[in-house]
Amino acid sequence: MRVSLFITCYNDALFPETGKAVVNVLERLGHRIEFRPEQTCCGQMHWNTGYLREAVPVIRHFVRVYQDVEAVVIPSSSCVSMMRDHYIKAAEMDGDAKLVADVEALLPRIYEFSEFLVRKLGVEDVGASYPHRVTYHASCHSVRSLHLGDIPIRLLRQVRDLDLQPIQNAQECCGFGGTFSIKNPDVSSAMLADKVRNVLNTGAEVCTAVDNSCLMHLYGSLHRQRTFVRTAHIAEILASGHVEEQGARA
Amino acid sequence: MTEVHETHWNRRDFPEAARDLLQNSQTRKNVQNATGIIQAKRNNVVAELPDWQDLREAGAQIRAHTLRHLDHYLMQFEENCTRAGGHVHWASDAEDARRIILDLVRQQQAEEVVKIKTMTSEEIGLNAHLEAHGIQPIETDLAELIIQLGKDRPSHFVVPALHVNRAQIRELFQREMHLPDIGDRPEDLTDAARTYLREKYLRIKVAISGGNFLIADTGGMCIVESEGNGRMCLTLPDVLISIVGIEKVVPSYRDLEVFLQTLPRSATGERMNPYNSTWCGVHPGDGPKEFHVVLLDNGRSPILADKEARQTLQCIRCAACLNVCPVYHQTGGHAYESVYAGPIGAILTPQLNSMKEGRSLPYASSLCGACYEVCPVKINIPEVLIHLRGKVVQQDQATLAGKFSLWNIGMQAAAFLFADSSRLALAERIGQVGQKPLVSKNGFIEWMPLMLSGWTQTRDLRAMPAQSFRQWWATERASQPNGKQPNAG
Repeated sequence: MRVSLFITCYNDALFPETGKAVVNVLERLGHRIEFRPEQTCCGQMHWNTGYLREAVPVIRHFVRVYQDVEAVVIPSSSCVSMMRDHYIKAAEMDGDAKLVADVEALLPRIYEFSEFLVRKLGVEDVGASYPHRVTYHASCHSVRSLHLGDIPIRLLRQVRDLDLQPIQNAQECCGFGGTFSIKNPDVSSAMLADKVRNVLNTGAEVCTAVDNSCLMHLYGSLHRQRTFVRTAHIAEILASGHVEEQGARA
Repeated sequence: MTEVHETHWNRRDFPEAARDLLQNSQTRKNVQNATGIIQAKRNNVVAELPDWQDLREAGAQIRAHTLRHLDHYLMQFEENCTRAGGHVHWASDAEDARRIILDLVRQQQAEEVVKIKTMTSEEIGLNAHLEAHGIQPIETDLAELIIQLGKDRPSHFVVPALHVNRAQIRELFQREMHLPDIGDRPEDLTDAARTYLREKYLRIKVAISGGNFLIADTGGMCIVESEGNGRMCLTLPDVLISIVGIEKVVPSYRDLEVFLQTLPRSATGERMNPYNSTWCGVHPGDGPKEFHVVLLDNGRSPILADKEARQTLQCIRCAACLNVCPVYHQTGGHAYESVYAGPIGAILTPQLNSMKEGRSLPYASSLCGACYEVCPVKINIPEVLIHLRGKVVQQDQATLAGKFSLWNIGMQAAAFLFADSSRLALAERIGQVGQKPLVSKNGFIEWMPLMLSGWTQTRDLRAMPAQSFRQWWATERASQPNGKQPNAG
């Protein structure tokens, strides 16, 4: 399949390794990856902060860039939820019937990365190995908007040597919420403190998720507290250990 | 439509009020403990029902349908309630409602009234108004009594004293009920409250209640409660005055079938409330001799006119969204500076105030979606929060200060960058260099200026790597437009 990668604005600037990992995993599975450099942002920051009119041109740009693709894969559940939950509403608000139609036509071809692997490709074992103790943070949008259920967990369970540790209050928000963490830094910090305590209680070396936004938030505190617990996007775990794996098989 | 007139809430912005409350570790502990217990009970009794999602859908449809035909159902309620011997009063705002109720109480020459927990009474500031006119309201709900005796404010609309623990209640009763030797077992405290209140039900002739449901096809009303104090107030006094928001009507008695399953499960984690009172008008020799319903608008009609936000009025006040909310868990209810706290309060309060007060409340959410997931009438609270944020932004942009605020300038700048990838790519390159003064030796940003400063108070930010993904792709991959061959090597 010809897969177009929408890296998302913050992954592009802050987490390029995640994008490389997505490319790595999908190419190993035999797919052709393209990257359209015209891409920018999904519009979520503007929309969720109440800059609704400002979000529309960003959305229109996204739709224009991707309208002819076979599939768009996005390593961020919150960006995908922005599209699924709000794009049609935004286009309707703008009174642009063509944009509404274009969004409706494009939405079924948009996938979150882990969802693409399991639901679209039917793959759970990508042949990775990752000899670390890991806990999985179920980001809000992955659970309550995309309803990913245990998809990420199923992918992690197939990773060789990965010791997956359950976490308390798995589905409670880490307190990031985009600009929420800037507008309400104290409440956000208190939420983060609870989440970090739960991460530390698992004894994991690495906390993973399908969203780098939550992980950036969590790592912000984990690093400040000098905990030595790292964070890694699930794509980076799934891209790990293949060379040795192939060597062992051969 | 006039605004809500309230004097007893400060209306500080949420971040500021929350900062104070976060420092009160006892309150935080009480709130987290209590919401945790209710939430666990709720999850158990909801999981028992195979048709829970159908019940939610039915509840949402009944409420949405009623709101679309609210005029019809309210008129029908008035007609049937009047026929059954009740008196219906229409109050367009809080002042109206306070005047109507004061007049009714004065007609009885009552100096005291007993009250069942009612949030609409809090909404219109009824107690202060009655006291100012020489009438003593006595709260009979245990939690409301605790609030009243402690001169406190409710922090939750199902469990108003959720922020107070047993030891604190014992201290309060020792002091206010003059019971220095009271024990600290729950029974000791409820015994004290019972003794204190029982005499009042028998003596006081006027009761004031809220209402869970107005029933259009019978003209009846329904109140559900856990303690039985409500049943006492509904049956013992001569006169009953119920103050109810206009949105609380349901078309028919049969509709209670849905809500009497979803409300108790969502509110207190019970399959059924211990006391479910439904009544219709007056009956000689049985219950109150006079029954009045005050139908309160107080800012509700304009919400009805807003297609996006109308669903706010579907609320049946179960408070499940408070119990599940990670923001509420940290702050408790007082940070919302409003009768209605939590996620539903964050959308209801600013709207009841025509978006002139409580404007920070739509931002008091990380949009985690937990509230929508538990809502028994499927109010998409995150969607309404965003809609209201949109209104706040438009209001701000209409002022000079708002237009030139850092937030607006930042957002306009970001929109400019996101409109064209070459601008974004340039901004990335500038950022990679420009961030250097902020980056510590360890490769992290530990301090950021202005509105970003709150972020770095508790968090480090990894510096932007030297190469963005798009730069990597352009260098490494763009020359091979079809990508590497799969499984190369």
